[in-house]
Amino acid sequence: MKKAVKPEILFFLLFSVLVSSLSQAAEFTFTAIPDQDTARLEQRFSKVADYLTDALGFEVRYVPVKSYAASVQAFKNNQVQMAWFGGLSGVQARLAVPGSVAVAQGMEDVRFRSYLIAHHSTDLQKSKQFPMEIVGKTFTFGSKGSTSGRLMPEYFIREKLGKSPEELFTRVGFSGDHSKTIALVQSGSYQIGAVNFKVWQKELEAGRIDPKKVTVIWETPEYPDYNWTVRGSVDQTYGAGTIEKIQQALLAIDDKALLAAFPRQKFIAADNSMYQPILDTGRAIGIFR
Amino acid sequence: MLRTSLYFLAIACAAFFLADISVTTLDPWQEFARMGRGLLTPDFFNLPDFGQALFNTVSFALVGLTIAVVLGALLSLFFESTPVRLFCSFIRAIHELFWAFIFMPIVGLNSVCGILAIAIPYSGIFAKVYAEIRQESDQRPAEALPPASTRFSRFCYGTLPLIFGHLKDYTSYRFECALRSSAILGFIGLPTLGYHLETAFREGLYSEAAALLYSFYLLIISIRIWARAKFIVIPLLISCLFISWETSFSLVGLSRFFLYDILPWPMRAEGFYVGTGELVLVPLELGKWFWDIVVSQALPGIWNTMLLTQIALVATALFTLATFAFASRRFFSARVTGCTYLLFVVLRTTPEYILAYIFLQLWGPSMLPAIAALFLHNGAILAYLTANNVNALESTFDAAQGRFNRYLYEVLPRCYGHFLAFLFYRWEVIMRESAILGILGITTLGFYIDSAISRDHLDTALLLICITAGINMSIDSFSQVIRKRLHISGHVASRIIGPGESGS
Repeated sequence: MKKAVKPEILFFLLFSVLVSSLSQAAEFTFTAIPDQDTARLEQRFSKVADYLTDALGFEVRYVPVKSYAASVQAFKNNQVQMAWFGGLSGVQARLAVPGSVAVAQGMEDVRFRSYLIAHHSTDLQKSKQFPMEIVGKTFTFGSKGSTSGRLMPEYFIREKLGKSPEELFTRVGFSGDHSKTIALVQSGSYQIGAVNFKVWQKELEAGRIDPKKVTVIWETPEYPDYNWTVRGSVDQTYGAGTIEKIQQALLAIDDKALLAAFPRQKFIAADNSMYQPILDTGRAIGIFR
Repeated sequence: MLRTSLYFLAIACAAFFLADISVTTLDPWQEFARMGRGLLTPDFFNLPDFGQALFNTVSFALVGLTIAVVLGALLSLFFESTPVRLFCSFIRAIHELFWAFIFMPIVGLNSVCGILAIAIPYSGIFAKVYAEIRQESDQRPAEALPPASTRFSRFCYGTLPLIFGHLKDYTSYRFECALRSSAILGFIGLPTLGYHLETAFREGLYSEAAALLYSFYLLIISIRIWARAKFIVIPLLISCLFISWETSFSLVGLSRFFLYDILPWPMRAEGFYVGTGELVLVPLELGKWFWDIVVSQALPGIWNTMLLTQIALVATALFTLATFAFASRRFFSARVTGCTYLLFVVLRTTPEYILAYIFLQLWGPSMLPAIAALFLHNGAILAYLTANNVNALESTFDAAQGRFNRYLYEVLPRCYGHFLAFLFYRWEVIMRESAILGILGITTLGFYIDSAISRDHLDTALLLICITAGINMSIDSFSQVIRKRLHISGHVASRIIGPGESGS
């Protein structure tokens, strides 16, 4: 016998449809920190989005952001479900969204480094020893939220010289990204700069660096850096095992053109605990409270 | 007036000695050569998403401004009430970029965020200026109405017809500002012209950057053609129809922002690292948190911001006094004034960030590039307005023959009051803008706000934003006191500008 549908149930159904359409954008989106070559972010990462769409069986879209902070905020507010973070932004994001996990990193990210670079007028040469002569010069970091352009260089400078950059240098600037750091030191606007070693190598190969004007003077010790981080809620929204599938898809990338977007040789598995040193360093210099 | 001007000059001189100013030139010429090549070879055919960016720039400005006009007009009717005045002062004291940052977690980084970021501060501006125009208008027609008529009809029939022209002029002048704001919002990721401009500039793709800059100049110059008051409805409708209204509004994001992220750190510290999100109330710790931020960030930030603002303010004034004559038909031929007009468009349309970067290359990092960027930008706006004012002055039959004499004895005494009033309006704008020049390593309030955001210390960021707003509000009321005491007003100008000259 047919039963009339109760109006409450209808109302409930309608309401839940409404709520679900509001609360979850059906498509899966990811972003990436704009650390270099920002003019071609869209080109670089839309290829990655296409690859993931094929590999995962649902629509994946890349959302560009303009700053490290914006990438963290977007992740926090579920405007993206996954991101290619730096070491520091990754830790910030995972702390802000409990349950989120680092799933993969580049092979190079296990042993990442930064370079200190100097304008030729400083007469500083490359050395194994920490260049104490940088005290009293003008200095630029990259972005304020960068691991290789700010956090780790600042940490090592503090460790070697026992003071904060503001006390050591006549001026401390933040160029915004690694490419601009190189340009500013090359033009002598700042005498010393701290830069991501991968970006330096890439710019050098591309012929955008004049070795007579700017040189590497010191290499930091190694530290863990970039990572793919996924929100923990992804498994509930897109089905159990999705995070696992995403991880497998990332590790399986072997297309050179795709990897060049990062630029990395290969992705390997990662987990949250690998980034403990970043958290400790961040705490030591006050980025984490 | 002279005494006030001299006080300001003396303060600026003192600030100049206290400020952190140095010139460390090394070799900027390689970079300048690349910039110059870029400017000479603009690449208009390789711009990604150019049409979309242009459309967004115009529609954010247009829709945002329309909302602001409506809200501002409403608020201006109640401007005699102190809470309303304070509220308006507060919302316009926060820079568009920071409004965008506040809306980002709530609606996402999209059109709605951009529109709100323009609509809100501009509502505060309109409320204030509309109210001032109303208060300074001729009260006699309204008083002549029967005593029983309501406030509303008194306004509609007695006051509005008188001031409508001035309101319209001021609003259309603000449209240009809104376009600039809209473009600048691209710097933090909204899809306007500024997005691509900043990217191209940052990456050193100067031909692309030049093409974007030139299109921006053309957009501003052509306002008077496509944004006529009568037809503005058409672009407005097109904007409303084709803009992407898609938001990722989420209650979770909203409550997270207001009920967790911006709460003072000591309340959140307990549960943050373990991930429970627990909140505790420890009044003593709260006091310490507040005090720490004030001492280590707010006070040094205020100091540097004020130094920079005072110097830039007086430099703006000097620049204006030195250049406005070149833009006025009273002094020079159409050819000279035309060129000056173009130069002013270039200076006021080029984002300060780019000006600052150019001077950074030239002089090395210090407060100097910031001062130059701020005074060129604001000076160009002020000189343009002052020249318009001067053009509208009636000439006397015994006008002095020599330009120099005419400038000193005839024009300057008559326009100085308006000029000063405009300058005082600019005061709070300069202070707000001094916030966004972190690349120079000058620790202004904006520098600390930006740092706090990049550390994801949103509580600190919001406290600093409120402190900045507080300072801005005090400057605003102080400048009002001075204007009242000197009996000067900027609105007289909008009264004399004819409809033909008002377009921008």
